[in-house]
Amino acid sequence: MIMWKWRLESVSTPSSVRVGATMVLSILAGLSLGCLLFLVMGVSPLAAMVKMASGSFGSWYGFKETVTKAVPLTLIGAGLAICFRARIWNIGAEGQLLFGAIAATWVGLGLGHHLPGWLGIAAMFAAGALAGGIWAAVPAFMRVRWGVNEAVSSLLLNYVAAEFVQFLIYGPWKGKTQFGFPYSDDLPNALWLPTFYGSRLSWLPLVLAGAVVVLLTVLSAKTRFGYDVRVVGENPEAAAYAGIPFGRTVFAIMVLSGALAGIAGATEIAGVHHHLTYPWSISSGYGFTAILTAFLARLNPAWTWLSAILFGGLLVGGDVIQTSLGLPFATVNIFNGLVLIAILAGEFMIGHRFVRIQHTGDSR
Amino acid sequence: MSASHQRLEMLGISKRFGSTQANYLVNLSVSAGEVVGLLGENGAGKSTLMNILYGLHRPDAGAIFLDGVQIDVSSPAAARAFGIGMVHQHFMLVQNHTVAENIALALSEAPAWNPVPYARAKIEEFGGRYGLKIDPGARVSDLSAGEQQRVELLKALMSGAKWLVLDEPTSVLTPREADELFVLLKRMTGEGHGIIFISHKLDEVLAITDRVVVLRHGRPAGECRTKDADQASLARLMIGRQIDKPSISNLTVPGEAVLDVRRLSAAGSRGPLTVNDASFVVRGGEIIGIAGISGNGQRELLETIAGMRPATAGTVSLCGVDITDHDVRTRTAAGLAFVPEDRLHTGTVPSFSLTDNAILRDAHRDLFSRNGFLDTAKARERSERLISEYEVAAPGPDTPLRNLSGGNIQKFLLGRELDASPKLLLAAHPTYGVDIAAAAVIHRVILERKAAGAAILLVSEDLDELLALSDKIGVMFRGELRAMFPREKATRERIGLLMGGAPATPEEVP
Repeated sequence: MIMWKWRLESVSTPSSVRVGATMVLSILAGLSLGCLLFLVMGVSPLAAMVKMASGSFGSWYGFKETVTKAVPLTLIGAGLAICFRARIWNIGAEGQLLFGAIAATWVGLGLGHHLPGWLGIAAMFAAGALAGGIWAAVPAFMRVRWGVNEAVSSLLLNYVAAEFVQFLIYGPWKGKTQFGFPYSDDLPNALWLPTFYGSRLSWLPLVLAGAVVVLLTVLSAKTRFGYDVRVVGENPEAAAYAGIPFGRTVFAIMVLSGALAGIAGATEIAGVHHHLTYPWSISSGYGFTAILTAFLARLNPAWTWLSAILFGGLLVGGDVIQTSLGLPFATVNIFNGLVLIAILAGEFMIGHRFVRIQHTGDSR
Repeated sequence: MSASHQRLEMLGISKRFGSTQANYLVNLSVSAGEVVGLLGENGAGKSTLMNILYGLHRPDAGAIFLDGVQIDVSSPAAARAFGIGMVHQHFMLVQNHTVAENIALALSEAPAWNPVPYARAKIEEFGGRYGLKIDPGARVSDLSAGEQQRVELLKALMSGAKWLVLDEPTSVLTPREADELFVLLKRMTGEGHGIIFISHKLDEVLAITDRVVVLRHGRPAGECRTKDADQASLARLMIGRQIDKPSISNLTVPGEAVLDVRRLSAAGSRGPLTVNDASFVVRGGEIIGIAGISGNGQRELLETIAGMRPATAGTVSLCGVDITDHDVRTRTAAGLAFVPEDRLHTGTVPSFSLTDNAILRDAHRDLFSRNGFLDTAKARERSERLISEYEVAAPGPDTPLRNLSGGNIQKFLLGRELDASPKLLLAAHPTYGVDIAAAAVIHRVILERKAAGAAILLVSEDLDELLALSDKIGVMFRGELRAMFPREKATRERIGLLMGGAPATPEEVP
């Protein structure tokens, strides 16, 4: 009697074709799972998919919205990719973004009237980077000094940051010109980033995101620092053996990713909102979605822009079906979660394969 | 129960992992009352074969028979039901529990509530029958490796094992404990057990087994009765050719003190002192060997000298410079090379390419980076040089290191450490788990460095290696450097006793 059985085997060096094909297949698998979700919600999956696709990629307007969302995702995702590669789990990008937004608003409102526009904008971005970096330095310091798990502490600091934003907009920073809305006053017009016609997309953040992708790719692949980061992530004990300063490396990459999240916060203020507003309006979860962005890019900063555009499209598509099909926003979160699970499963399948084996069951 | 069974056979076993053929058409049988040696180098497929027997892997082809009837060993539980027991190289014991509690955990028939008295009674019964003396109330963490091994054996016997597989059982034992184990094995065969004894040590296989099966590259390389075999014939079967022992020149005259360790103490990972007041000097052109059972502070001693572990007291000097407070990179730059005990978890980054591994300890130096950018061409050059100079079998410098065999990884690692011509080499178990051919290369390289004037501190569990290479041999026990003597005064017996904790005589004290 011959029996066929399937077994898992590991693939030590997957080819790039295998990686690409598996990624595409797993995204498709995730979208199919999403279709099931729409069925459960009582919506035609086909209609929902078409709406999502046409809303996010099907028109110039939609595509510009998608890219607008992809910019902060790229900025944050590239920084997180470096962190995660070192197995340092910065889950606090959302809070770091908000602190960047707070600092940028503060500088913009305080100095904006006294500085030429370009200098004011530069000061806003610098302040955003600094504040985001400092907010990330807190969990980094606690990790390096006392061994506090950075995933937990950085996550919790997100809530502190969000509450602080609310405190500001309902309290001391509540704008006198905002008709009672809990917004800060608007930035001086000179600090509004110029946008492409008919959209909220401005060129400066776009250029910045591109530059960050290039810089971080070079940093991680070509420099000594990038090498140290990879050693720390792959084998911390070998890092100690090589004399790579663990604390300094962890601190540097946490602060770097925090600063990038802070810059994303500044771009949202200067480019999109022009005042400090509700935390969920400033960010719409970029700090969390960027985690998925980094993983879909396989923790390679070079590919974060592509995965950011995909997730930007998902966010925009989610907004579209929310309004046009009347689905709750949570549906979009569930949908994104399903896609992520499929991607993570795909990540596993890149490194493993099923092999059919034969058992001969004959007796002597 | 399988007590009346007379013969266990594995026939035509083949097993492939990815591109590696771990076993190919291997036959192995054991009869009641017999000890069969399964001999082969690391990576020859011994463990795979035994994992198949124990139900941890399914063979791609071939089958297992008990008295001629095919049995389906689908899991370790099934294996135990057929009377097959296994004592792993690394013990599967709960360190914070007592012996009786560990045994109770392993006995499926023990009562669910308060099983310890039942386990104690069983320990008395089996201990008496096999002459296995062990205190049921002792905490496992307080037991020596030999005693822990006896607990594992008891566990296997109590669960009804008629057929026992011992995986490299002597690797953690002192020579004396090994002798005790051999007595025990004889007693067990007298009781009708069949034993498969896995080893790569020829003298042990010759001492204890009735029959030897040799594997090479996963294939059967030969089988013979032990009384018809000798070391040379077994070695030939094992590696397929003759290996020349390195000829040791004793002519080098020790030079200046390179490493000077004075009253050094260091804490272990778990707290208490694991290096306690150690003092010694290693001169240029001299090899000092440190013997000891693993876990007696040798690892921590080397890590402290290398700068990976802070000294709690004492000083370390390299060529007259006090480096006690220097970091790892400063020490590396000053000419300190280190081959650590665990080549995969400490010494290398297995997922990196050979080229990336070639610069692990020097990436920050001007040699391999300019203005913060890595000089990948130079790294590649070094990687290629190491591959050819140290006979590393690798497809190329871009291969991930983990795809190499242990021996080749070790040659590459040793080569990397020696590439900058260090003044001091710290080497921990440089040939552990390495095939004989690679071990010969490693020994030759170490002796060449000695001849070139490097100071070498060698830690090993292999007494033959220490006796063959060292000018002086020290013994560590419970964190103390107990004794130190010139090689000509060192005997296996005396070192073995000191390793087991015997006090040193005044003239042996360093």
